[in-house]
Amino acid sequence: MSVKAVPFVGTKEQEEALKAAIAELKDQPGSLMPVMQKAQDIYGYLPIEVQTMISDEMNVPIEKIYGIATFYAQFALTPKGKHQVSVCLGTACYVKGSQLILDEISKQLGIDEGGCTEDRNFSLASCRCVGACGLAPVMLVDDDVYSQMTPGRVEEVLAKYA
Amino acid sequence: MKSMQELSAIREKMKAEITLEGKTGCKRVVVGMATCGIAAGATPVLNAFVEGVKAAGLEDMISVKQTGCVGICQYEPVAEVYDGTTRTTYVKMDAEKAKRVVEEHLKGGNIVTEYTIGATEV
Amino acid sequence: MMQNKEIATALTDTEFYQIQKRVALKNCGVIDPENIDEYLAMDGYMALHKVLTEMTPDDVIQVMIDSGLRGRGGAGFPTGLKWKFAKGYEAPQKYVCCNADEGDPGAFMDRSVLEGDPHVVLEAMAIAGYAIGSSQGYIYVRAEYPIAVKRLQIALQQAREYGLFGENIYGTGFNFDIDIRLGAGAFVCGEETALMTSIEGNRGEPRPRPPFPAEKGLFQSPSILNNVETWANIPQIILNGPEWFASTGTEKSKGTKVFALGGKIRHTGLVEIPMGTPLRTVIEDIGGGIPNGKKFKAAQTGGPSGGCIPASHIDVQMDYEHLAEIGSIMGSGGLIVMDEDNCMVDIAKFFLKFTVDESCGKCTPCRIGTKRMLEILEKITAGNGTLEDIDRLEELAAYIKQNALCGLGQTAPNPVLSTVRFFREEYESHIVDRHCPAQVCKELFRYVVDPDKCIGCTQCLRNCPPFAISKTDYIAEGHKLPSVTIDQEKCIKCGACIEKCKFDAISKQ
Repeated sequence: MSVKAVPFVGTKEQEEALKAAIAELKDQPGSLMPVMQKAQDIYGYLPIEVQTMISDEMNVPIEKIYGIATFYAQFALTPKGKHQVSVCLGTACYVKGSQLILDEISKQLGIDEGGCTEDRNFSLASCRCVGACGLAPVMLVDDDVYSQMTPGRVEEVLAKYA
Repeated sequence: MKSMQELSAIREKMKAEITLEGKTGCKRVVVGMATCGIAAGATPVLNAFVEGVKAAGLEDMISVKQTGCVGICQYEPVAEVYDGTTRTTYVKMDAEKAKRVVEEHLKGGNIVTEYTIGATEV
Repeated sequence: MMQNKEIATALTDTEFYQIQKRVALKNCGVIDPENIDEYLAMDGYMALHKVLTEMTPDDVIQVMIDSGLRGRGGAGFPTGLKWKFAKGYEAPQKYVCCNADEGDPGAFMDRSVLEGDPHVVLEAMAIAGYAIGSSQGYIYVRAEYPIAVKRLQIALQQAREYGLFGENIYGTGFNFDIDIRLGAGAFVCGEETALMTSIEGNRGEPRPRPPFPAEKGLFQSPSILNNVETWANIPQIILNGPEWFASTGTEKSKGTKVFALGGKIRHTGLVEIPMGTPLRTVIEDIGGGIPNGKKFKAAQTGGPSGGCIPASHIDVQMDYEHLAEIGSIMGSGGLIVMDEDNCMVDIAKFFLKFTVDESCGKCTPCRIGTKRMLEILEKITAGNGTLEDIDRLEELAAYIKQNALCGLGQTAPNPVLSTVRFFREEYESHIVDRHCPAQVCKELFRYVVDPDKCIGCTQCLRNCPPFAISKTDYIAEGHKLPSVTIDQEKCIKCGACIEKCKFDAISKQ
């Protein structure tokens, strides 16, 4: 499931956007996390290059930033696929068999949870409760919710994004 | 910044709009637009109501609003019509059903019983 | 849905709704959450006006104590007392925090309140600010709830424009404002000290208590933290009085509780019931029972910190004390119903896997202890367990409960303990008979073909991923084609065959 290191490519605009965000938030108490969230919005993930930029701009040791980035599930150190597939493993979905859906997707895409396909089209994750328990079991592709899923429907759903 | 008087005026005006007190012939439509409602397809339902009411020229008589979750997940999308003292709960809605509710209920005054909660099995 | 007249055309006519009592959810599904005027029409911001113009901070705290309101986040600590402690400490700045980091899988009460009635949380936090002497609040909300975040931001903006937030509120000289902070996907941040550490911009690790947050909380200042549902009760307590609130519920558990009813139940949904309502009422009357003719097996409350209530305790009253007595907890309100197709060992494993993933790693009992417990459960569900493993689980559980640093670790063994307590025979069946009665644990059941029912259509054969199905020589009477058989060595238990078979010829054994 390991993803090969992808060389970092950042644009001037991205860098300016990040610096502007830091300048705006810097003086608020406890602003490091909001800055990192903003950085992830801008770049899509938090490679070491971006973490270093935050460290320099905010005068915070890089190890603290890395510590936070690896602590929270939301921060990604590797890029995500073009389409983000996730399966809800909240209790309501789990008791209705969502693990089988996840297994099936994993088999069809040939990647494990947390992985990204080689063509970077799909990445796969599980999530905890999207709050659509009445529609269980659910899977999401980007912002589209597919409800009352069965393993048999996985192929048809994925095909829409291939 | 609003003064106490301004706030009270807003409160009274809005109260009348929500309870429809003293507003004969007026109706209020609310569509459940919480995460679960939107995931089940509430956005086109809300749009169909807004457009239907506008096309019928009833904007002054019928308000269409979004609301939160009323708690009946597997019946989403849910739309409710308040008409004086009557409340009607339409469930498992889509844009087509919304158009029919606009025609028959909002314009015609007849509840579309087959779309209501009691007539729908899950 | 069950009906009380010929055809129930209104939600309010259904049994699902009529048994409920809506306090925290009063405005949800009624008003437009993005329009402050509608909140004002439902007496919004009148409670804030009342406390600022007619009550002293001590009056407010006394009302909260008299109402008997207890924290709806799970632990049930009296809200008024929490405020009283925080008021008692002097500091240049104190903080009012809202826990909207709803992390229990299968629970969405707080999301519904934030999406349906965001102003109620803002108003209640301002009331608390006045009571404890704070001018700054923080709402820590899950980033996974984008609509809730958006509606909170809109609500805050509107309240500021109307002068109901910010400086000199209602012209009384009271100042209060709120910052919204997004969580980043760490379950432990629902724990109060971890949440505060996270707002401070650190890894969300819990801190030892004492000192309690009322003395040294956010930014080392006196702070209170209440969860969304708790806040949603407060304006009405102020307006209607503590006696009104306390008239609902039981002696020690006052008011109502919102549950997210899900799982194997006909009417999934959000229900608000008086404290002390029997579980049976929730499942049979409000929930409409179990679908597909299956039998009720257990209900799970409290998520990864809670336990499973077996069918034999279906008459238990849903309040803090009675749920604790049978080894579960009230929790934040997830209520997942399970039927005979759910394996209780698997459910215990599911929750423990969750805790192992979410353990922050700061203290050893939680970081390593839960992992060891999970390994034992994996051994049992793979058919390699021994009876001593059950003792070992109980021993580890007792140790973790006693020694973990925070609530997450201390409650992590609960799902295991309660399933061992009520479903020990299911554990034993996995161990002694190498059999999973609910046929969930993949290593402990097989798919088999009934050769007399199989018509030889080969739908299953063509859809079997590991090519484990082949034709036999046997043709059943009345059929034209030979039946198929499954090679158990090759079978990966994916269930594709059973899904494809239209003739009921494949079953789990």
